[in-house]
Amino acid sequence: MATDILMPALSPTMTEGKIARWLKKEGDAVSSGDVIAEIETDKATMEVEAVDEGVLGRILVPEGTEGVAVNAPIAVLVADGESVPEAGGAAQSAAPSVAPEKVEAAAESATSSKPATATVAPSAPEPEKDWGETSEITVREALRDAMALEMRRDPDVFLIGEEVGQYQGAYKVSQGLLDEFGEGRVIDMPITEHGFTGMATGAALTGLRPIVEFMTMNFSMQAIDHIINSAAKTLYMSGGQMGCPIVFRAPNGAASRVGAQHSQCYASWYGHVPGLKVVAPWSAADAKGLLRAAIRDPNPVIVLENEMLYGHKFQCPVDEDFILPIGKAKIERPGKDVTLVGFSISVGTAMAAADILAEQGIDAEVINLRSIRPLDIATIVESVKKTSRLVTVEEGWPFAGIGAEIVMQIIEHAFDWLDAPPVRVAGVDVPMPFAANLEKLALPQPDWVVDAVRKLV
Amino acid sequence: MADTPTSNLAAGRNDPSLDTEGLKRAFHDMLLIRRFEERAGQLYGMGLIGGFCHLYIGQEAVVVGVQMALKEGDKIITSYRDHGQMIAAGMDPRGVMAELTGRATGYSRGKGGSMHMFSREKNFYGGHGIVGAQVALGIGLAFANKYRGTDEVSMTYFGEGASNQGQVYESFNLAALHKLPCVFVIENNRYGMGTSVERSSAASQHLWRNGEPWGIPGKQVDGMDVSAVNAATREAVAYCRAGNGPYLLEMSTYRYRGHSMSDPAKYRQRSEVDEIRQKHDPIDHVRSQLLASGVEEAELKAVEDGIKAVVADATEFAKTSPEPDPAELYTDVLVEA
Repeated sequence: MATDILMPALSPTMTEGKIARWLKKEGDAVSSGDVIAEIETDKATMEVEAVDEGVLGRILVPEGTEGVAVNAPIAVLVADGESVPEAGGAAQSAAPSVAPEKVEAAAESATSSKPATATVAPSAPEPEKDWGETSEITVREALRDAMALEMRRDPDVFLIGEEVGQYQGAYKVSQGLLDEFGEGRVIDMPITEHGFTGMATGAALTGLRPIVEFMTMNFSMQAIDHIINSAAKTLYMSGGQMGCPIVFRAPNGAASRVGAQHSQCYASWYGHVPGLKVVAPWSAADAKGLLRAAIRDPNPVIVLENEMLYGHKFQCPVDEDFILPIGKAKIERPGKDVTLVGFSISVGTAMAAADILAEQGIDAEVINLRSIRPLDIATIVESVKKTSRLVTVEEGWPFAGIGAEIVMQIIEHAFDWLDAPPVRVAGVDVPMPFAANLEKLALPQPDWVVDAVRKLV
Repeated sequence: MADTPTSNLAAGRNDPSLDTEGLKRAFHDMLLIRRFEERAGQLYGMGLIGGFCHLYIGQEAVVVGVQMALKEGDKIITSYRDHGQMIAAGMDPRGVMAELTGRATGYSRGKGGSMHMFSREKNFYGGHGIVGAQVALGIGLAFANKYRGTDEVSMTYFGEGASNQGQVYESFNLAALHKLPCVFVIENNRYGMGTSVERSSAASQHLWRNGEPWGIPGKQVDGMDVSAVNAATREAVAYCRAGNGPYLLEMSTYRYRGHSMSDPAKYRQRSEVDEIRQKHDPIDHVRSQLLASGVEEAELKAVEDGIKAVVADATEFAKTSPEPDPAELYTDVLVEA
């Protein structure tokens, strides 16, 4: 049977090309792999190899012809001894079944069938579950307890990182875990973030549930390719076949006097990525409840801890089953005059500001985000409907920060309720300085929030 | 040493060659990959495959020889040049071709493409587009095997170009430190895109020794000879299964086509390609071995015809399958808890 040889596309963008030279002539036998012609594209001269075997029955486009469209028949291949059909381009079997225009049309209908915004209209928030009796523990203890509880519950959960075992944790978060679970499940790693993050991610693709501890979130930059390209995207790239149940946790943001390379907030970085969940606990209850949820979650979850909070004590439910849902914010302090939204250590900043504002007769509502992604915009919308004023608070830089995202979403969902432009309070847009006075000037203080609110009300 | 059900070495023979049945299977599998890839190249030319498409033509003996040394449960991971691995692992050519053409019936439902396919059923863990990333992931597969207490191994493929990535050496260290059952397979096809191995590695003549500082045994193998590949892999796999830690195989091979479809391959002489095609083609080599051992030409022709039909069927399946539903854009971002 005669087959058309079509003008091939030799790059993702090629639409036409020039037949530079025929290397076989009519009547020549060709077998698959033989170079039959050279084609000039906009980028290069490429060789065209035969795919089928047979005899080059007829050359339809002579060499030197320019502007030959991709997919146009350029020659006819026949079986040995077979005659060549009279009309060139008669063979239909190799013609593509889908014209490119149809593909484009389908793509257009795909985009037009969904609203342009990436965000979903919020529904009314549900009240938080009451977990009963509490006791006072530190954030550090809450994190350790969460890991211990989940490791007892599921033998597939293990902890891996630098100094997590024998050293008992660089910040003592994993204290005691090696003794209870042994070195098979509390695994010390050399200083090799790229390698061990890839290793843990590979293990998670098989269904194990690693908890990867970075000594600080800054060091996750060594491994960010695996977090985003390997962990976050594989589920999608595999059409839902291969999930990656893994937790990446570390102290995030500024500590104290540790300089620019160790003082940065990654909420905006990781919050940007579809396929990741990102949580940022403030209190001990947040830490325990969110880390347990992160470990049980079938997706990659980033847990942004804060070194400055590790030693803080908070009331935390004692219930063995205590856990918090990812994606739900908490109203830490109800109020009616202005909404303050923070996460992690900035919740404390907002709470301190609310105390000062109360003395001045301003009743601020403080929302603890708990989750960065998914973002509980519904709780913020409900609050803004009540207060009509919004101030976001974060330690990270303002440009493309979490505050920017929240403000945009409030404009999308609650614009008509606003009585004043929202304000972002954020870390100053510079690398973190070392000097004590400069460092303090770079990080949001309660009076910054107070000043921002005073301009709104 | 664990028994390998797919063993094709006659017990007790010193000759490393596969026996006739083994050579027949190798001939079939290698030719299937070659014909599949030729067709993929053709569909790319027709605009039915878009984006990147890295063909495996020339390297078939590597994956086939390796695969025939594995047992059920062994895990495989590789780079973006992954069609050969998938077909060797027994994945359905229909699903692979449908994914290449971005159809709903593809292995990733049209959302992965040439570089990103996976099959839990066949223990194929991708299909990775970031050069070298699959090596760290590959030791993770080995880690999981060890954590679960199985004797399965992880076959971690990468090119000689990837072997210059820092995470490869981090992975060597971790695998040796924790005695992970990982066979590192360097497919040295001599060119990382347009840069020859001599221009990219100070150890270009002996990549198989790259694990030496960590005590990882290594071997250089004629990657154009499926029997040699098989014999070396069996040795490496047995070493790993016995709990000795990782092993490194450098497969000396060659890709006939450009790095990807849009590579004019001007960094090498056509004569170099022709020389290898004519004198060292892995499929021709097995064909002549089979003919010499008394297998009839007609039998091989029947195998070729069968493969032609399989590839034609896969092509037709791909061409006639629908594109993904527009709603698929939003699915599989997260697993619903």
